Amino acid sequence: MSILHTVNKSPFERNSLASCLKVAAPGAAVLLIEDGVYAGLRGTSAVPLVTAALARVKVYVLGPDLKARGFAAERLLPGIDVVDYAGFVELAVQSAKVQAWL
Amino acid sequence: MADTIDVDGKHLAVDEEGYLADLNEWVPGVATVMAKQDNLELTDDHWDIINFLRAYYEEYQIAPAVRVLTKAVGKKLGAEKGNSKYLYSLFPYGPAKQACRFAGLPKPTGCV
Amino acid sequence: MSETIKKFLYLNRKAPYGTVYAWESLEVVLIGAAFDQEVSLLFMDDGVYQLIKGQDPSGIGMKNFSPTYRTLGDYEVKSIFVDGESLTARGLMPDDLMRIAWDDPDTQETVENIVTVVDAPRVTALMDAADVVFSF
Repeated sequence: MSILHTVNKSPFERNSLASCLKVAAPGAAVLLIEDGVYAGLRGTSAVPLVTAALARVKVYVLGPDLKARGFAAERLLPGIDVVDYAGFVELAVQSAKVQAWL
Repeated sequence: MADTIDVDGKHLAVDEEGYLADLNEWVPGVATVMAKQDNLELTDDHWDIINFLRAYYEEYQIAPAVRVLTKAVGKKLGAEKGNSKYLYSLFPYGPAKQACRFAGLPKPTGCV
Repeated sequence: MSETIKKFLYLNRKAPYGTVYAWESLEVVLIGAAFDQEVSLLFMDDGVYQLIKGQDPSGIGMKNFSPTYRTLGDYEVKSIFVDGESLTARGLMPDDLMRIAWDDPDTQETVENIVTVVDAPRVTALMDAADVVFSF
């Protein structure tokens, strides 16, 4: 079982996501929550970082946090999946542990 | 001020200043009961303002400050009603504070 | 009390919901409107996310304060500036932002949208021109 990483900071304000992606093992899951969801959007300066990561890890976005901020799932990069709170729990259960990048 | 008010047979919670705790619980009876507590008889003119405040909150998610209310009422209901003298004649405890309370809104931002 | 009108500039650099800065700034603007000053708002960095259309935080149990920005015109805010480079870095277009109207009290004319996208030199000029900058 691998690790579920959660990132709750904007990639434009903190380096939480960059640090997470630097050390996340291949096959790990990265869930973007709260202000972390902005990293999943198309056309941003974080696209190279996230696209490179998508080749190695699975990236998810928490739907309610995305909706709160005014973005539809269509605005996300291809390869990123949206999960709801139940999906969050499911990911956590499936993982050996959950590591939060605050 | 009581911690609840009785409206249509229901006990509705209010805060220490008498504002409705949950604005989703508002029914017109809330205004009637609160007005009675303040020794006020609600007329159509009062209701115009109360309904206006509810519509304003619905659209902007805040209770307007007095000057904003005054200006907006003037625009919506006519210049003769868009002044604080008129509004204070209806709501002697302050058009924003008292009328917002009757309308089930939170206390206007910036009111002390 | 001095009758001099000062230029206040509110600088907003934080995304909404993740932290409380955005809402606090908005509250200060609403309260400060009573002081009859010349008020402008500038959104840059993650602050531009505050103006995104169609926000709906019902699913995360937070109050949706984004409609409140549309009333800023009623609160003496005459101009709202958005840093263009911040939009570009986030893959955003001006059309992603809400529109905020303003009624000119002198001419009774309505300005349909007081939100303006500006470049970095203009941001520099805005800060230079301001008497006070409130930073959130």
